[in-house]
Amino acid sequence: MCKDCGCGTPHGPGAHPPGEPHSHTHEHTHEHGPGFHHGEEHPARHSHPHPHTHTHSHAHSGAPDHNHVHAAGDAPDPPPAESAARRTVEVQRSLLDRNDRAAERNRGFFRASRLLTLNVLSSPGSGKTTLLGETIRALGEGLKAAVIVGDLATDNDARRLRETGAPVVQIATGTMCHLEAEMIGRACRELDLQGRGLLIIENVGNLVCPASYDLGEDLRVVLLSVTEGEDKPLKYPPAFQSAHVVVVSKLDLTEACGVDRALLRANVRKVAPAAEVFEVSARTGLGMADWCAFLKREQAKAAARHPLD
Amino acid sequence: MHELSIMESALTLVQDQARQAGATRVHAVRLRVGALSGVVPDALQMAFEALTPGTLAEGATLAIEAVTARFWCGPCAAEFASDQMLAECPRCGGISGDLRAGKELELASLEID
Repeated sequence: MCKDCGCGTPHGPGAHPPGEPHSHTHEHTHEHGPGFHHGEEHPARHSHPHPHTHTHSHAHSGAPDHNHVHAAGDAPDPPPAESAARRTVEVQRSLLDRNDRAAERNRGFFRASRLLTLNVLSSPGSGKTTLLGETIRALGEGLKAAVIVGDLATDNDARRLRETGAPVVQIATGTMCHLEAEMIGRACRELDLQGRGLLIIENVGNLVCPASYDLGEDLRVVLLSVTEGEDKPLKYPPAFQSAHVVVVSKLDLTEACGVDRALLRANVRKVAPAAEVFEVSARTGLGMADWCAFLKREQAKAAARHPLD
Repeated sequence: MHELSIMESALTLVQDQARQAGATRVHAVRLRVGALSGVVPDALQMAFEALTPGTLAEGATLAIEAVTARFWCGPCAAEFASDQMLAECPRCGGISGDLRAGKELELASLEID
């Protein structure tokens, strides 16, 4: 007997539209050889075929790819009660609901703490740690920073950033390719934020996955170095499109890499037309004053706003 | 790679919703995935198969409804469809980043009993 619907004929996908009742007819034939008596006496030896016909039907609800095999020769059973109990529940909720709610909690905490929070995204090796270290040094006592660093493994970046004197919490993500809002919430409990106006979150070096996760930040900063080529923004549009700020780093290597800065800028503009763009070299200090002045302005705005706004 | 963790949170949501509705089993899960959500439907399908055993959704089917990305062109005051992040308005050729749909990553509905 078929466990799915209780009838006895093979039928494949698309044989009948979902939700519509349908029926199958099939025949069983058997023959009796000479000498077999079929419940009655026959005057002479003979054989004859008996056609047996069953007709049954069942209603199909649900998926259009419904497919089950009915073993021939089974006795027809009544349709199971489960098809009547099946029902559809409309949900219409974001899959990132849990992360989004945690991000909102973080945002509330950041606002109440008068913090400007940056979520810094980039490919591996584009110079996040160097830029952030130099930024913290350049801001100095005027705007004191704290840092949360995400990396798959090692605390090398955290150690380098601690040399600036800023409090740093390291999140080792293991195999995870991005930071999530709940991790940031936990890291904030460990971080001494007393007297800090800037919280910098250095995300895992990856331009794909972190773009989907709101951490509750005020500004999403996407960093790309001139060494990555002019077309990087075109190759990774989701990250760049979500950016409030794009920082082009390693400007001192422009000539060595033969990079067309105007084209790079134009490509950033195409994908992120509303983003603020800064071009810097953390090593030579070029462009760092503008970048730091911007952070101070944004921090003043963040600190002036009411936590419930 | 992040499809696995997205599916993990999706299944938490699926099971919460199913239990709230008094379900003993989830037969089908229907998602809406925007063309520009940054998520690959095949990878979601794989993650679903890997993560559902032992949950209320064990043996359930996953249906993914693809949502086309739609942009707003200011100069033309009209919407247009595109699956490109750099969407070019078919009327005026201008580039628009004003996304109106296409980033969806939603649990649409469940079939339960």
